[in-house]
Amino acid sequence: MDTRTDELPRKSKILQALEDQNTSVSFDDPLENEMILNMGPQHPATHGVLRLLIRLDGETVTGCVPEVGYLHRGYEKLAENCSYHEFIPHTDRLDYLSPLSNNTAYVLAVEKLLGIEAPPRATYIRMMISELARISSHLMFLGSQAMDVGALTVWMWSFREREKQYDLFEKIAGARFTTSYTRIGGLAQDVTPETIAHLKKFVDELPGHIRECEKLLNTNRIFLERTDGIGVITRERAIDLGLTGPGLRACGVEHDLRKANPYLAYNAMDFDIPVYEGGDALARYYVRMDEMRESVKIIQQILQKMPSGDVHAFKPKKVLPRKERIYTRMEELIHDFMLVNFGVEPPVGEIYSAVEAPKGELGFYIYSNGEGHPWRMKIRSPSFTNLQSLPVMIHKCMISDVVAIIGSLDPVMGEADK
Amino acid sequence: MNGVVLDKLKNRFPDAVLESNEFRDELTVVVPKERIVDICRFLKEDPQLQFDLLADVFGIDMYTPTKRFGVIYNLYSLKNRNRIRLKVFTEEEDLKVPTMTGVYGTANWHERETFDMFGIIFEGHPDLRRVYMPDEFEHFPLRKDFPLMGIPGSLSLPKK
Repeated sequence: MDTRTDELPRKSKILQALEDQNTSVSFDDPLENEMILNMGPQHPATHGVLRLLIRLDGETVTGCVPEVGYLHRGYEKLAENCSYHEFIPHTDRLDYLSPLSNNTAYVLAVEKLLGIEAPPRATYIRMMISELARISSHLMFLGSQAMDVGALTVWMWSFREREKQYDLFEKIAGARFTTSYTRIGGLAQDVTPETIAHLKKFVDELPGHIRECEKLLNTNRIFLERTDGIGVITRERAIDLGLTGPGLRACGVEHDLRKANPYLAYNAMDFDIPVYEGGDALARYYVRMDEMRESVKIIQQILQKMPSGDVHAFKPKKVLPRKERIYTRMEELIHDFMLVNFGVEPPVGEIYSAVEAPKGELGFYIYSNGEGHPWRMKIRSPSFTNLQSLPVMIHKCMISDVVAIIGSLDPVMGEADK
Repeated sequence: MNGVVLDKLKNRFPDAVLESNEFRDELTVVVPKERIVDICRFLKEDPQLQFDLLADVFGIDMYTPTKRFGVIYNLYSLKNRNRIRLKVFTEEEDLKVPTMTGVYGTANWHERETFDMFGIIFEGHPDLRRVYMPDEFEHFPLRKDFPLMGIPGSLSLPKK
């Protein structure tokens, strides 16, 4: 039987005849009846605590209901009770595969509300860490996508590169995983020349390692057959379902907030947006691989153009003072006391600020009534919105493709569940 | 661009723009909830504006005696690369807002989240269930009268 046609298996003639005569029959054949499969929340290939209820006809998926919320920690409620500075560590726990870009997205939103701007050096470093986070997230995608379809070597190789990146994050932020590196109006600390040298070596070597992985996959028949034409979504449907990030660019939509609404200093950078037409898992893989190379290009430009100077804006009423000055100077001590106890006092108003995170559009909406903590904060997380297109992608696919499609969508449940 | 959007909106729906403001170059327009679907459809289908991507839908609890709950729609135009924020308000006694799922498919989960967090009922929604909290949970956590520490006993263990 061709399982890819739209028809469900036809009922046997006997059964049909019995039904036509308005009689009641019960017919239990495990091979012909539909089956409900419960996938997750503890499933190694669902990338976290995603639960899928899948309706199966034989091996073909005829329906899918994703259930999220197993990692819901109520960050929006917490944010209403935190000062603006206190919430920075919580942003690490959203998309925990790219905490640096969440840190940047959050402080950009708060700075937009406050109407302040970080100095140029801090802006360039923020851009640098956002691109590093993109590479680290896409490397994770590369490894897990390859492993989901059965190639274990790529997982090892991409994790070798991620390990080098974590060493870099440790040098930059002092922590490998939960970085909390940015501050309102600046950064926790400046990067040292040794870190820059280390980073330069890393980005110079990375394209070679990406090529190594591509050599294993791009012409690999098993990989291509598992991803080519699998999980297709059309351009119109993707826009309707609010898909953003690599998933949307794989449908032929050239939308990237770094180009569309440039933030930080992206309009001073020379880079391209990779766009593919397929809309399938393979196209999403190609987009991410190209994006890593574009990120390398951006980081190399940043390293050339990196301005010198301070990494903290001089706004004593808004920006936390340096620790050594708090202990030695009266004004800084007062400002630190006021900022920590009462928070920065923003103007009354509401803002929305979005960045192009590795998974898509990550935005923060803040409604401020002038107090030290937000009245309402909404996190527009790309993974939550992207997961909505999962039922469309896996409709009429085989059960074994479900895992490959989830991998190609690359959701992170910390972000989807908030 | 914000001026053009607002003018077109005022021309097409003269009595529906209740309030509008611009803060940090972001346009916010308050509209009556009965008209929200028509307004979004107009903004989506107008050849000049083309707000084709609904980035987000979420609720807000103003904790005021009237017009306590709001629903905010964050629209984005892939062609013009600009945003507009539409807001509707609803009374606590009448927590009903028409659903946007007929115009934007993405509104489905966002409205479920808003229902989950604030208890706002989206009329005509195909599948209005809780999305984060368990189905048997009785409270709405993002309302201002829900305590940060939670309500003891409100999250029961699963039944055997």
